[in-house]
Amino acid sequence: MKIKSLILYCLISSIFLFFLVSIWKVLSTLQGIELKNFNFAIILTLGIGISLINLIIGDKFHKIIKSLIFAILFTFVDGYILQMMPVWYNVGIFGILIFYSLKIDKYNQKNLELDYSSQKVVFEFLTLFGIVLFSFVILFPFYMMLVTSFKTQAALLINPLDFSINFAQDIKELFKSYFVIFDTYKFGRYILISSFVSVGTVIITLIFAIPAAYAVARLNFFGKNFLSTSILIIYMFPAIVLVIPLYTVFSQLGLRNNVGGLLIVYTATTLPVAIYMLQGYFKSIPKELEEAAIMDKLNWFGIIIKIILPLSIPAISSVALYVFMIAWNEFLFSLMFLDNPNTFTLSRAIQYLSGDAETPRQYLMAGSVVVTIPVLFIFVYFEKYLVSGLTAGSVKG
Amino acid sequence: MSDTLSKIEKRTAYILLLPAVFLVFSIILFPIFANVWISFKEVGLKDIRIPEPRAKKIVKSIKDSSDEIKIIYKLRNSSLILDIRDVKFQDKIPKNSEPLNLDERCQLKSNIIYCDFGNWKAKYRENFQIVLKNKNGEKINKKEIKSIKPKLSGKSDNILLNTDFTLKNFKKVFFQNEFFDLLTTTFYYTFFGTIGSIVFGILAAQLVNQKFFGRTFMRSILLFPYVGPVVALAYTWELLLDPYSGTLNNLLLNFQVIQEPLNLLGQKYLTINFFGFDLKLRLALTTVIIFEIWRYFPLAFLFILARLQAVPKELYEAADVDGAGPLQKFISITLPQITAVISILFMIRFIWNFNKFEDIFLLTGGASGTRTLPINVYEQGFTISDIGMGSAVSIVIVLLLLIFMYIYFKLLGRRADEN
Repeated sequence: MKIKSLILYCLISSIFLFFLVSIWKVLSTLQGIELKNFNFAIILTLGIGISLINLIIGDKFHKIIKSLIFAILFTFVDGYILQMMPVWYNVGIFGILIFYSLKIDKYNQKNLELDYSSQKVVFEFLTLFGIVLFSFVILFPFYMMLVTSFKTQAALLINPLDFSINFAQDIKELFKSYFVIFDTYKFGRYILISSFVSVGTVIITLIFAIPAAYAVARLNFFGKNFLSTSILIIYMFPAIVLVIPLYTVFSQLGLRNNVGGLLIVYTATTLPVAIYMLQGYFKSIPKELEEAAIMDKLNWFGIIIKIILPLSIPAISSVALYVFMIAWNEFLFSLMFLDNPNTFTLSRAIQYLSGDAETPRQYLMAGSVVVTIPVLFIFVYFEKYLVSGLTAGSVKG
Repeated sequence: MSDTLSKIEKRTAYILLLPAVFLVFSIILFPIFANVWISFKEVGLKDIRIPEPRAKKIVKSIKDSSDEIKIIYKLRNSSLILDIRDVKFQDKIPKNSEPLNLDERCQLKSNIIYCDFGNWKAKYRENFQIVLKNKNGEKINKKEIKSIKPKLSGKSDNILLNTDFTLKNFKKVFFQNEFFDLLTTTFYYTFFGTIGSIVFGILAAQLVNQKFFGRTFMRSILLFPYVGPVVALAYTWELLLDPYSGTLNNLLLNFQVIQEPLNLLGQKYLTINFFGFDLKLRLALTTVIIFEIWRYFPLAFLFILARLQAVPKELYEAADVDGAGPLQKFISITLPQITAVISILFMIRFIWNFNKFEDIFLLTGGASGTRTLPINVYEQGFTISDIGMGSAVSIVIVLLLLIFMYIYFKLLGRRADEN
């Protein structure tokens, strides 16, 4: 057995264990349990001990029995150090230990003698580390958003770390923030406006983009190359440099505080990417189909409606979803163009809410949940389409 | 024959393209040129409101006489700074009435009073009166008078359309705006944000490219920060990082990692004692960069993952036969395969981060050392209300952007040649 591999294996696996246990402790703290210490030294020692025993025992026991023994042992020691913990906390620790011992089961004395065994150990544990860390770091803010919206101001002041949700209370109390934002702050109206603007943007963009993309993909005309490059360049131009001129012109034309004005701007800013994505797909449709259609004396309108559209449903759906997402999430233009609370979109409304320092933060979070859920839902449900849209659109945002 | 066909083809193409091109031109290209125009002018936010002549109509009965009715028009110039020329006024009166002692600026033509008020200075105000007397003894309907709105019109200079130009804005941008500070902050933010998102993108892609339970689920989750609305995410982070009631600080205090709460978004510098040297870390800027990385590494992840999945498996198998370790495989197989994607990603993300506005605006509003060029556009234009200055900063952004794009397309072209 190589000493280097052995030391690396023991250290890295026990650090991983410490890491898992600490995350569990953080999550438990957020449920209102009083925990003041990660007990780094004790848990590291326990982890090293378990890793070593695992090597020594090897295959003498079945791996399930082995991991049960480890888990029970660890849970007891941990329970002895931190007394008076609720049962579910110990159950969690037990689960973590089962998971951990199953993971380290495959390392035995033989395994650590192979070439590059130390590198492999590091890589494998880094992968596990990465999976846990990435999930935690990404999901944590979303989790906070959700649980904060169910708390009350008073409860958060008493213990800012207690995010446990009391499901026993009245449903009206539980969803109080949501009732408030819909009743007092008219969020129902904002949802309608946001949906109207986003769906409207999708429809208008498609109506403009499909013919244009067809022309770029299929027809020969003077300035075609120039146009294709300028689509890409225009797409790279950021909203912030358009804001001042558009603001002045829209003010003078009376298009501010007007959902129509917002629709025009959103359509224009999403058109380049929509054309770019669609023309790429249109080029992949076999030309013979259209040639047959020309024989049948169909004009371009007929070709687009009867041949191109039915064949490009997947591409059109990804463009539609992608544009919807951009329009729904858009913030800068709605900040610039909307001052009147009657015309706010959801994003603008939340920003407006936060502008008032008195607004309790659970209302802000309830609003954030309301604006986030539709997008995440659409994303998870139509992931395939959206991912291809994201990769093709590639540069937005 | 083929000539006419290609002509038809051309015409069709132009017809199909026209609506899209027109819209994009008017909303995207026109403003970019308009920026150049405005940046050479001294224009404030208040100047862009076109002055209007306004009249508020008040109808009053006269005490002693039921036959007469007095109308008072409170006339004013809506602008505090600009004059209005040739103000014209018209209002309808009921058929059964006629004006008494009509002002000499006005005349009556078949129930309509036309007035010519001439020029109104800025802030001009006047109470203008008309007394109506009934004809043939019928009572005048007060409600009818109230329901008719007077029409006013006038000409005024539009400050945006005249040809007074000045270089003042650019002088201010470069010499009075802490321009150097602005530029370095922007570059810090852009550079570290880009590098960070690419590094984490590579790590995440490397993870998801392996087989494990819940891999597709993991792939969805990794994209959440990128698809979520920026407003919601920024405010969640703000709550998370709040020095007093924020979860992160309370957790760190609770587990005794720190002794004092850290104001992660409101503190410009954090002094760290490092082996006797005092290092100054730009705290708020670092926090904003971390948010940036958190939000945009999914894009890098998506691209790199797509590339990784296209790497032929045989390469790794051959490496196994040759007895290469994991690290060697990563360095000599994976990295060369993804360098092309990384270089393109770097340019794209660099350009986009350079222009990022919302994230910083929502998190810090540009305070505590996080003022970047895009934030400065907003501040100049709408906080300080100097539209001309805002435009001038925009122009600086556009120029820098054109340089980056030139490099980017050069790179893209070279890549295309290589393939």
